Amino acid sequence: MLFDKPSPPNPADQGKIFGKPHPRIDGPKKVTGTAPYAYEYKLAEDNAVYGFLLGSSIAKGRIASIDASLAEKAPGVLLVLTHENAPKHKPENSRAAPQLQGPEIKQYEQAIAFVVAETFEEARAAARLIRVTYRTEDGAFVLADEKDKGKPTKTAPDTATGNFDKAFAEAEVKVDVTYTTPDQSQSMMEPHASMAVWEGGKLTVYTSHQVLHWAHAGIADTLGLDEDKVRVVSAYIGGGFGSKLEVYSDPILSSMAAIKLGRPVKTALTRPQIYNHTTHRPATIQHIQLGADRDGRLTAVGHRTWSGDQEGGEPETASEQTKLLYGGENRRVETRLTVLDLPKGGSMRAPGEAVGMLALECAMDELAEALGMDPVDLRIVNDVQYDPEKGPERPFSSRKFVECLKTGAETFGWSARKSKPGSVRDGDWLVGMGVASAFRKNIVQESGARVRLMPDGHLVIETQQTDIGTGSYTMLGMIGAEMLGLPLDAVDVRLGDTDFPKASGSGGSWGANSAGSGVYYACEALRKELARKAGFNAESVSFSDGRIISGGNAVALTDIVRTGAVEASDKAEFGDLTEKYAQASFGAHFAEVAVHAFTAEIRVRRMLSVCAAGRIFNPVTARSQCLGGMTMGIGAALMEECVVDPRYGYFVNHDLAEYQVPVHADIPDLDVIFLDELDDQSSPLRGKGVGELGICGVGASVANAVYNACGVRVRDYPVTLDKIIGRFDL
Amino acid sequence: MNSEDTASATPRMSVTLTVNGKDEHLTIDPRVTLLDALRDHLGLTGTKKGCDHGQCGACTVHVNGRRINSCLTLAVMHEGEDVTTIEGLGTPEHMHALQQAFVERDAFQCGYCTPGQICSAAAVIEEIEAGIPSHVTPDLGDVQFSDEEVRERMSGNLCRCAAYPNIIAAIRDVREGGKA
Amino acid sequence: MKSFTYERAETLEQAAGIVAANAEAKFIAGGTNLLDLMKLEIETPRHLVDINHLGLDRIEETEDGGLKIGALVRNTDLAADVRVRRDYAVLTRALVAGASGQLRNKATTAGNLLQRSRCPYFYDPSKPCNKRDPGSGCSALEGHSRTLAVVGTSDHCISQHPSDMAVALRALDARVNVMSARGGEKSLTLDEFYRLPGETPHIETVLQHGDLITGVTLPKPVKGVHFYRKVRDRASYAFALVSVAAVVDEDGREGRYAFGGIAPRPWTAGGEARAEGGASVIAARALDGARPTGENVFKLPLLERTLKAVLKDAAQTSGK
Repeated sequence: MLFDKPSPPNPADQGKIFGKPHPRIDGPKKVTGTAPYAYEYKLAEDNAVYGFLLGSSIAKGRIASIDASLAEKAPGVLLVLTHENAPKHKPENSRAAPQLQGPEIKQYEQAIAFVVAETFEEARAAARLIRVTYRTEDGAFVLADEKDKGKPTKTAPDTATGNFDKAFAEAEVKVDVTYTTPDQSQSMMEPHASMAVWEGGKLTVYTSHQVLHWAHAGIADTLGLDEDKVRVVSAYIGGGFGSKLEVYSDPILSSMAAIKLGRPVKTALTRPQIYNHTTHRPATIQHIQLGADRDGRLTAVGHRTWSGDQEGGEPETASEQTKLLYGGENRRVETRLTVLDLPKGGSMRAPGEAVGMLALECAMDELAEALGMDPVDLRIVNDVQYDPEKGPERPFSSRKFVECLKTGAETFGWSARKSKPGSVRDGDWLVGMGVASAFRKNIVQESGARVRLMPDGHLVIETQQTDIGTGSYTMLGMIGAEMLGLPLDAVDVRLGDTDFPKASGSGGSWGANSAGSGVYYACEALRKELARKAGFNAESVSFSDGRIISGGNAVALTDIVRTGAVEASDKAEFGDLTEKYAQASFGAHFAEVAVHAFTAEIRVRRMLSVCAAGRIFNPVTARSQCLGGMTMGIGAALMEECVVDPRYGYFVNHDLAEYQVPVHADIPDLDVIFLDELDDQSSPLRGKGVGELGICGVGASVANAVYNACGVRVRDYPVTLDKIIGRFDL
Repeated sequence: MNSEDTASATPRMSVTLTVNGKDEHLTIDPRVTLLDALRDHLGLTGTKKGCDHGQCGACTVHVNGRRINSCLTLAVMHEGEDVTTIEGLGTPEHMHALQQAFVERDAFQCGYCTPGQICSAAAVIEEIEAGIPSHVTPDLGDVQFSDEEVRERMSGNLCRCAAYPNIIAAIRDVREGGKA
Repeated sequence: MKSFTYERAETLEQAAGIVAANAEAKFIAGGTNLLDLMKLEIETPRHLVDINHLGLDRIEETEDGGLKIGALVRNTDLAADVRVRRDYAVLTRALVAGASGQLRNKATTAGNLLQRSRCPYFYDPSKPCNKRDPGSGCSALEGHSRTLAVVGTSDHCISQHPSDMAVALRALDARVNVMSARGGEKSLTLDEFYRLPGETPHIETVLQHGDLITGVTLPKPVKGVHFYRKVRDRASYAFALVSVAAVVDEDGREGRYAFGGIAPRPWTAGGEARAEGGASVIAARALDGARPTGENVFKLPLLERTLKAVLKDAAQTSGK
């Protein structure tokens, strides 16, 4: 079904189950360790063997020689693949991930060999017996050195309205600042893993991927197999955060080996391999110029971002929110992409905004200070209800930005904040408060589902949609239950399998709204079919308590399906409403931070996020998504950084001890408030993205609070103690 | 480099572990960690491999009643010892109080760190009751249950989905309910 | 991980004898550092001798009022021991500031002393590292060195010692008891036990192959206010950027101090734990001859300010 007009009232609006808090239906499996992740599928015949990847220890150049003879003779070894003996791929699909196709090295930890052995221990040991020599070539690894070679991109085209240069020059108050954000790692808890099974000319790959049709196309095309000969399963995914939007070597090499050996092959990347073998969020340099009148109204808004990626790669679109977030007549928003030979850049939770807001929202804090204005008020003054580049003819579909700021300020006790930095002391701790806006564009994707009412009266939902922790199982089940008038425990949700209808997958915060709409339309189709079978007019029926009701007549659903299950499929397709309307989720983050007067240690004391993201499908899982975003935002503000060693062209701190993410002790009680909002233009379910909104702006609120606490403005993330120690009075 | 340049076959060893109350006899390569013994040899994949280097806590199990990282110990070192994994705490039909509380508090998202969090949490409640101090214990002679104590003690269990506040709430619920 | 054979030792002498006779043999106890490194083939023993069952897991009182801590006492048990908590609080504080609950349940007293570098280049077998591969060079000197040592280093290695426990032991003037492979027992101060990197950073202690740490002896308790202050980016489960172990006299004029995170071994001001004066004086002596990198020069003011905070807290505690 095409969604191209604002949604009229519909059965998903009833509010009996959908939109009410509900614990995860997949919870009991996850908490008992019985939910199988990619590496953990138990096959009828226990004959799986183990793959182990050997990665390049240079970033750029060629393999001069590779000698696998010792590995081949090592105990338990069944197969060693290198570029010298690997089957050739002829991929055409952009999602393909060719492996071991030649001696060229394009990034550190690129797969250069793959060992398969009877046991994991044998495969790992044998991989280290492979002798490699390289011819190393010089590469470009430091963004600051390369940025001036940056070029505009199609992904984030430059825009300009009014006369920015003139307005900025004439602005009464201005800030002109450059912020940098480092490379960051998604660092989800489950390492990328795959098990490939080749049976009867058909390949099944159990893997950990966020968007199954991308994995499906990538794996099939790389291996030169028809898609109908390949099945991909990702029923449970141990986190992704963008890292699992790509096909890496593990499914490809496992499949190549499984086809060759005729035995299932399972492979997981080791944690130290992940940081350089898989994608990361690229570093940015961001130049922000804001000009305002004395009342704080922005007159000039300028944002230019530089980032780097491998040849043919994509920019980190950190300037993009600046096109939409605040008003102002004169604007210039630009993105420059330069070539770097670091590991391939990719998506990480809220690509673009997550780091764009780190810079923009601190620059706004700096502007507020320059104006002598409260930073909440500054944001309110610059609210705009339409796309400020296009004008009032492109309004926002919904935008409760000001309400978020006001609700947050009141709930958090913002009025207690002292505008002069360093004013509040609690023992040896300097205490400050910070605020930042939250913004994330709303994205929807085509998504299908198949629903089937079984003879025993329970509803089966099948879709390729994945649940990476976002709560898809539960939300899609709630939609099915609401639509068919069933209790949630009468719904059986089956996800993450390419045998099911193609779905949006999980990324860009589009999963719940898109896949939910697919399930909604499939349920609509099923309702019509059930009405027809009951002899009712489909337009006037309702579904409640396991019955279909029309006027004074009701028929039990089980009576309709007694003779056989009834099935329906449909998919959600989205028209041009995202063109006609600017669509985004909004929010405001408030942080209270303490900085130790002596040691400069920085600790977050409390935090509140207020979010307006359309209908909240399941307040339980949506809140958890926000908690996760807030925590990752705290990490971005205070500790996360992939450190580039330009001598070797790699990230030095490539494990979970050295790439630090927040631990329990870093995270106080966090508070989340969702404002009531229904967005008719976003989908028939009236929701917008939530999962990424939670991170956008968080880090800036923390950095602003650090400034308010101690008076030191750090423009080079992360804000660590070495950057502030000694720069404020004891 | 010397003799390591060529690999020789490792003689397998026998080891008997009591896993979740059941004796398990294994004949394995001595290199097999307790974690891989559980996952690859006993099919107990509830215990997760998040880093394999003691940096994440996803592999936490109890050995002789104490929580440890099963990735940093060899299976053959545990002859005759009692191992309890997440599967030994409860099942989907009969959940342990902590498992129930984790579901009720939404104390997880992707679920991958969850078994380790729960195994750790069960031990944390006992460690506090046993008076074992932590980094944040104000008085080393008087260990009291508090959110701060639990946060510190759970810090060896990373959760990138960051269900941290909900995990603390779940543990608090169980402690207060006396159901641990 | 290279293949190895494994055996469980029944007696101390047997364990020491087996390892002494086999250049490729190693003791294994907690395993939390050794197995970590074996997985990366940074350590490649071909025979492991399990010493977990030798009865070295007791804490006993010595004749002169101190404590003898068995080499195999787990970090958790040492931290929780009533006598340690009461009389050597700095040690309990240091222990519980390290690692995680799970690791402390496994890690042993001797293993903690012997844990190896956390330098990221040491951990990466494809990179030059004099500690891992003598003569290959030091990648950290011109590389990522934010967490590494600022004093006691050499042109060959700037790795820091990662232990918290050892820093407290140094402040307490603890001694390491070693059973020599060639017979006999010796008792070493930590300064005698650890070697500075010099030109041989791969040799970290004076232990000979086959020597076995049997325990650590604490002298009788010293009066004073005990602190272990550890500074790190995240609030827990991280190695120290700097740390201060202190037992400050009641009058606050003197105390015993040792420092972590700044040197290749637990560090002191001028070679003695006992020191007097203010934070600036003590820190300056501790950092005498410091050669920080651009990335870790912040450790100099951080150490001084951390010590200041400790002395301020000590004064407040004593004043109560």
